[in-house]
Amino acid sequence: MPEVARPARKKVLMQGNEAIVEGALAAGMRFFAGYPITPSTEIAELASERLPRVGGRFVQMEDEIASMAAVVGASLAGKKAMTATSGPGFSLKQENLGFALAAEVPCVVVNVQRQGPSTGLPTSPAQGDVMQARYGAHGDYAAIALCPASVGEAYRLAVRAFNLSERFRMPVILLADEIIGHLRESVALPDPAELPVVNRARPTLPPGEHKAYRPGPDGVPVVPDFGMGYRFHVTGLIHGEDGFPTSNPQVVEAAVRRLTAKVTRHLDEVYEAEEQDVADADVVVFAYGGTARAARRAVREARAKGLKVGLYRPVTLWPFHDERVRASVAGRRAVVVPELNLGQMAREVERAARGSTRVVPVGRVSGEPLAPDEILAAIEEVC
Amino acid sequence: MAAAEKVPVHRYLRLGKLPHIWCPGCGHGIALQALIRAIHHTGLPQDRTVIVSGIGCSSRATGYLNFDTLHTTHGRALAFATGIKMANPDLHVIVITGDGDAAAIGGNHLIHAARRNIGITCVCFNNNIYGMTSGQYSPLTPTEALATTAPYGNIETPFDLCELVKAAGASYVARSTTYHARQLEKLIARGLQNDGFSFIEAVVQCPTYYGRKNRLGEAYRMMQRMAERSVPASKAAAMTPEELAGKIVIGELWHRPRLEYTRAYDAVIGKAGDGQ
Repeated sequence: MPEVARPARKKVLMQGNEAIVEGALAAGMRFFAGYPITPSTEIAELASERLPRVGGRFVQMEDEIASMAAVVGASLAGKKAMTATSGPGFSLKQENLGFALAAEVPCVVVNVQRQGPSTGLPTSPAQGDVMQARYGAHGDYAAIALCPASVGEAYRLAVRAFNLSERFRMPVILLADEIIGHLRESVALPDPAELPVVNRARPTLPPGEHKAYRPGPDGVPVVPDFGMGYRFHVTGLIHGEDGFPTSNPQVVEAAVRRLTAKVTRHLDEVYEAEEQDVADADVVVFAYGGTARAARRAVREARAKGLKVGLYRPVTLWPFHDERVRASVAGRRAVVVPELNLGQMAREVERAARGSTRVVPVGRVSGEPLAPDEILAAIEEVC
Repeated sequence: MAAAEKVPVHRYLRLGKLPHIWCPGCGHGIALQALIRAIHHTGLPQDRTVIVSGIGCSSRATGYLNFDTLHTTHGRALAFATGIKMANPDLHVIVITGDGDAAAIGGNHLIHAARRNIGITCVCFNNNIYGMTSGQYSPLTPTEALATTAPYGNIETPFDLCELVKAAGASYVARSTTYHARQLEKLIARGLQNDGFSFIEAVVQCPTYYGRKNRLGEAYRMMQRMAERSVPASKAAAMTPEELAGKIVIGELWHRPRLEYTRAYDAVIGKAGDGQ
């Protein structure tokens, strides 16, 4: 469920990348490590200006790998920490993002997507990192990735990304795109005092009695901060409840499965999607991020033409909610999935739909956004 | 520090995690004891000291140390440690690394940690080889030495890591060997007392993968050779490069205190001021 639906204080003109920094600060971010890369650089720039004003710290590291490492280190030392990057940098971050998943270190990783693969088109929008956000690190785990479709939502989801990372002790990916990152629009920011801010659980048992990686009833361990006197061990090797490496097959099996289960067991807590005019729709448009803006207009125009069309907009891209998506698309004439890639989400929709509807991908990898009339044309073709 | 003084080494070890995984004759245990004794003599509070390592034989040391410990990814220990120190500058942060970890995959992080002069003491256990993966050549393997990936002899020129970090900006640089364990201990202790980036290279023997491949004899023989090859820094200053070829220059190589990184950032916080 959306956490922020508060009365607004005042409207300000803001860029998506700026909103992410403001949201992160409101959520309690006190450390940022980054490396310059278009189109995410404004996030590092603003963090460098704003963090020292609240007693936080910023460092521009020597590379993307080091930025991710420093974020994990800072979080283990007790600070809420974030980094931001784009495609090529996101690839480099996967190593230590995987470490944060395995060692269960809360942090937020922003990826303002640009056209790939490789260095691709640095200043052009894309949504080609959807699958990398899910499966970028090696091994099995569940990922959480949130996808804003407006500047105001970028702010709200930055807060939510921190909250989920603290709640489940894992990196949360804020999967923005160049459209949202560089978009300037008027936003009504919530009063920071009224924001729900989640802080990671700290041990209540004294050192010696507390096990750093013993999962609680919700599957999430209560890991102390460095310097609290617990003298515990953190490793990317598979470890037992005491945090030390093990190759005991039963312990390993349980430990790896838990990295997925701690998220999927709380799917409804993590999952968020917006549905608009879906109830009576013959055709559903499934769109997210910057593309959802064009899709929203296409749906409105289709309705104006008398076509029964609705919008399903996942805000949480990962984990994917199979049941909810199937319930929303099953039996429709078609589901149109516009996205700035060659069908990464369309395949997920198809998988969840299990043949209960026809899935029509509308992909684009030219470095240009999809326009409302292009989506409308696809809608009209299936209506 | 009196050589005869008994240091309660066990207090600093997780005894339940022993025996360690290192091979018979490996020098890592000697280097680790030197570090523990240096921590003891420096009086670092055990609950406020974080020890970070990367990947490799040396980096398994963190599992045995009774502190807050972080065993990271290959080469990245200094980058993780930078985040820890920045997040909480009051913590004492020590990095244990090896020649492959620090000089190859982690080389970029090493020079930048030195350049920032961040308050981290980095001890590099240099055994001239990738031991964990059983004997491939590292950036510190001598030219012509044999390794499993240099079956015809190494054609590369090894780094002088101490010169590298000195040039990059480290404020304290030293080197010693497992043969000179007490000197190593003193040099690490001085590094721990330096407010800035300290780098101590500990030359250690790897009889299993480096020694055997190069017919250098057993551990004690390798240590004897270290003693024979070692030259004090004071004496090395008067020697020609030809005379120094193949030698191990030991002792304090550089100590020039300068503003530590997190303290420099404190000034940034002051400049930025409060609020919006």
